[in-house]
Amino acid sequence: MFEDYDIVIGLEVHAELKTKTKVFCSCKNEFGSEPNSNCCPVCVGLPGALPVLNKKAVELTIKAGHTIGSSISPIAVFERKNYFYPDLAKAYQISQLERPICVGGSITLDSGKVIRINRIHLEEDAGKLVHKNDKIGTLIDYNRGGVPLIEMVTEPDISSAEEAVEFLMKYRSNLVFGDIADCKMEQGGMRCDVNLSVKKKGSSVLGTRTEMKNLNSFKMVQRAIEFEARRQVEEIEAGKTIVQETRKWDDNRGRSFAMRSKEEAQDYRYFPDPDILSVEISEDVVNSIKKTLPELSHQKKLRYIEELGLPAYDAKILTSEKYICEYFEKVLDKVKNPKIVSNWVMTEVLAKCKEQAVESLEEVISVKNLAYIINAVQDKEITRINGKELFEDACYSEFDAEEEAKSRGMVVKMSDQDLEKFIGEVMEENRSAVADYKDNPVKVENFFIGSLMKKTQGKANVEKARPIIHELLERSVR
Amino acid sequence: MDIKSLSIEELVKKIKSKEFSAKEVTKYYLANIEKYKGKNAVLEVFEDAVEIAEDIDRKIASGADLGLLAGVPVIIKDNMLYEGKKCTCASKFLKDYVSQYTSTAVQKLIDQDAVIIGRANMDEFAMGGSCEHSAFGACKNAYDDTRVSGGSSGGSAVAVALDMCAFALGSDTGGSIRQPSSFNGMVGLKPTYGRVSRYGLVAFASSLDQIGPITKSVEDAKLVLKVIAGKDINDQTTADEPLVDSKPVNLKGLKFGVISQVDKVAKNSKYYAIYKDIEKKLALAGADIVSVDIPEYELSLSSYYVIQPAEATSNLGRFDGVKYTTRAGDVSGINDLYKKSRTEGFGDEVKRRIMLGNFALSSGYYDAYYKNAKRVQKLLKTKFEEAFKKVDAIIMPTTYGEAFEIGSKTKDPVSMYAEDMFTIVANLAGVPAVSVPCGKGESGLPLGLQVVGKHFDDLRLLEITKEIQKEIK
Repeated sequence: MFEDYDIVIGLEVHAELKTKTKVFCSCKNEFGSEPNSNCCPVCVGLPGALPVLNKKAVELTIKAGHTIGSSISPIAVFERKNYFYPDLAKAYQISQLERPICVGGSITLDSGKVIRINRIHLEEDAGKLVHKNDKIGTLIDYNRGGVPLIEMVTEPDISSAEEAVEFLMKYRSNLVFGDIADCKMEQGGMRCDVNLSVKKKGSSVLGTRTEMKNLNSFKMVQRAIEFEARRQVEEIEAGKTIVQETRKWDDNRGRSFAMRSKEEAQDYRYFPDPDILSVEISEDVVNSIKKTLPELSHQKKLRYIEELGLPAYDAKILTSEKYICEYFEKVLDKVKNPKIVSNWVMTEVLAKCKEQAVESLEEVISVKNLAYIINAVQDKEITRINGKELFEDACYSEFDAEEEAKSRGMVVKMSDQDLEKFIGEVMEENRSAVADYKDNPVKVENFFIGSLMKKTQGKANVEKARPIIHELLERSVR
Repeated sequence: MDIKSLSIEELVKKIKSKEFSAKEVTKYYLANIEKYKGKNAVLEVFEDAVEIAEDIDRKIASGADLGLLAGVPVIIKDNMLYEGKKCTCASKFLKDYVSQYTSTAVQKLIDQDAVIIGRANMDEFAMGGSCEHSAFGACKNAYDDTRVSGGSSGGSAVAVALDMCAFALGSDTGGSIRQPSSFNGMVGLKPTYGRVSRYGLVAFASSLDQIGPITKSVEDAKLVLKVIAGKDINDQTTADEPLVDSKPVNLKGLKFGVISQVDKVAKNSKYYAIYKDIEKKLALAGADIVSVDIPEYELSLSSYYVIQPAEATSNLGRFDGVKYTTRAGDVSGINDLYKKSRTEGFGDEVKRRIMLGNFALSSGYYDAYYKNAKRVQKLLKTKFEEAFKKVDAIIMPTTYGEAFEIGSKTKDPVSMYAEDMFTIVANLAGVPAVSVPCGKGESGLPLGLQVVGKHFDDLRLLEITKEIQKEIK
């Protein structure tokens, strides 16, 4: 029966902006500080305190709009959304209703399907309730209160859990690569609300939708959508009607529960905040912010394939996270062979990374150490086996790989002088072969490379040796 | 020691030249506060007042260069924050609230070495026109214990009138400085919106609120305005407009506007003749009296009573019993805590406005009420700008008449709201307006003349008002 239905999904995604200070005061925007230490009269809503808009937050919102091709409003208005909740110090949230900063935009899925975006607006985050035992009760930490938050709202264009997750990953990667938000979902830096309804296949009439709030991992989004779509279809098939309501997703029990119906929904009594002047956003500002937008994940991916010649699979993995491609590009800077660097990063470094959660691959192994190991193996300064051993030991360690390779006697470094000396010796020992060069140049050249490697027990650098041998042989026939 | 007749400037001069000590001056005013305790104008005398005055004296003795208000005792309306001191907004809800920081306006006074000696009674959260809506009892008129002091800055006006301080600060959302000043024969200035920072003023209706001085003379008002005015990084709505000193003006050739729609209403006042007589005197002195048409004036009272409660209801949401306000006991759950705390904490008038405001902002009513009211506000601003292309100032009564009897309007909120008939239009348009005494009513109580000026032309408005006063004395 499920295949008889279409799922219609719209997402609302909140992301905390990466500003130094909060959106309406100069308190630090920082996760994990002592409770209520990043607070002032403004963000705890003391009487008489007034908001002062952080321009940087507006700029980052515009930048977020640029990543999805929004048009930017020439004027942005801030409104008060009034409701009572202990984490909301002023009993209103400063948000945007009628004139959001970013209007429209879209994200294209790998399938080519375009998901339209309705808007992105800027607002302030609320504090956080900390529920203790019965004796202490509930405490409030206002550190998060006033942290700048952007809310992105899609059109109802998404039709499966997979599409929803792909869309979210792409949007998240835009924000992270654009240096707009860190989107650390485990810290609540990105949260997702899912609006979902189902309708008979082919029907143009939308079903009644429900909303699930504050899903804070992609996995949760996936499971919540799957559950809710199934539930709605089953209800309809059983002859029941879907109630428009807000539902709470219980990830532990793998199901959602009705929280409040539409009738119980709050009237937020929005009106323009008289304390904040409307913000004029000039075309110049919009354009200059556009210029600050760095290369985004999908653009990098394309470049890796087209310019670096990497396979699509490599490009996808390397650009899946900002910290991976930042590291990749740094190593590439020192090694100059994209595929070899890609192989090392993907198979060796990322494998280590899974063992411990890391934010930067430099924590696994420094760019300098990895670049040395790759180059040394490539140049045959050390053997591949030694290179691998060195890599294993260099991970999560402080040592300098180059020094370590020397002290372990792995380096079979041959000076140019020695190399020339060995080449001279093999040529002296095989005079008849030299004489044969005129007739069989390729064969003879390869013969001498082979002889040199034998003589040096494989320690000579072929790339360096070949031109020298070639030159000497050419000279002999002149 | 004749302090009462001194201007602030003269008082400062005498303190600086050690003719009086700041301590003596402060003690003089404190004695008057004690003497007129029955008026209920002052809610608290700050216990460090004399100490601060002594500090000023020490500084003077040491030859330090002191500010424009050196040693001048000031009373502030009880909705302005002064760090470490209580700030109650005359509400039971905030009866124990201690300010965590100092408002910009008060800080500017302190920076000029003023001595803040106490906080003045007011209508709860500045909602009212009689000072009867104080949780700590009504403040009585300076000259008649059966009459109201006016409001909401009633305590401030009475304190100045009875010499309990050299001047006071009030706040004006719809007439709250000018009406009590008129009722107590004082000078009350509501500056241009954006002139004085609202940072640290407990917000009532944010797009209308403005702090201003209540003084004994226009000259004093000028000095205080110069001290408290200015752009504040903590208040985005303060303007960058410099406060320009005005050249002395001559009534000859000045044009005074009389709004015909205001005049129509003023005709209903017993004292209409007094205001017509003022027009005649000004004309005699060589000024032109011009009729100005602002039809939107007729929508001002209804628009005001939409915007003001709407903004108030949002501003007062933070008083919820969770944080710094008095919390109701014996509650079950958070919604019960909100409900009981707010029911116990707020007075009737505040509750009335919260309900009005919520209604005006409700979905389905927002466009009809709040949006339309904001449209009227915008139109009024434009109309006043246009009018001031033709006239130098607009004159009108401050109130219908003398201070009314205590209890006479508390049962009828609409008649109380109509008290603001002549004053709210300046708040809606954002223009500066000053009330000065202009005669006496039947009971011998003061009446006020309101002079309204151009946006950011506050000092010229005061200069013109000074000239008017000379003619009508």
